Amino acid sequence: MVVLAIVLVVGGAFFLTVSAIGLLRLPDFYARVHAVGKSETLGTILVLSGLAVYNGWELSTVKVLFIMIFVLIANPTATHAISRAALRSGLAPWTRKKRPENKDRKGTEAE
Amino acid sequence: MSSFLVGITIFIAVLTAAGLYRVAMGKTIFDRIIAATLVGTNGLILLTLIGFLFERISMFIDIAIAYALLNFVIVIALGKYFDLVQEKP
Repeated sequence: MVVLAIVLVVGGAFFLTVSAIGLLRLPDFYARVHAVGKSETLGTILVLSGLAVYNGWELSTVKVLFIMIFVLIANPTATHAISRAALRSGLAPWTRKKRPENKDRKGTEAE
Repeated sequence: MSSFLVGITIFIAVLTAAGLYRVAMGKTIFDRIIAATLVGTNGLILLTLIGFLFERISMFIDIAIAYALLNFVIVIALGKYFDLVQEKP
């Protein structure tokens, strides 16, 4: 049981690392939303399920399962609301202006 | 297992610091909000881990539930607000 919990927590920590690196390194707001919205949800669910396996079967485990279900619902909803607000307020996705076929497309250059 | 939990807690705290850097140095306002959601979710995991470290999980898990609800409400409210006022990024 402890081995399974350690495997789950380490896998979740890997996905959280991917999410943080993507938030720091990706070139655009929409790409960063992609990194945060999916990897963060999966990493959270993996870490919490590892802790639930480690805890055994009692009331706190049921509450951990409630938090997992809530994060699974809430985190994609929040990222969708923010990215929809960004798109409606006119934040354009980035394009590579150096390529000739993208010369007159709207969009910001990457940093 | 306890030292492993200490290591994971420190590691996730470092990742949260990366999110805090993006909150402080974001390019647009939406970057800052999305980094704040990352900090909130990592804080949720940190609260649960600290509960397991201190052997007080029945207390810390309730705090984590309240924190998750507050984080969700804050992010939805900020998204609706910046949708309505049409903030120029």
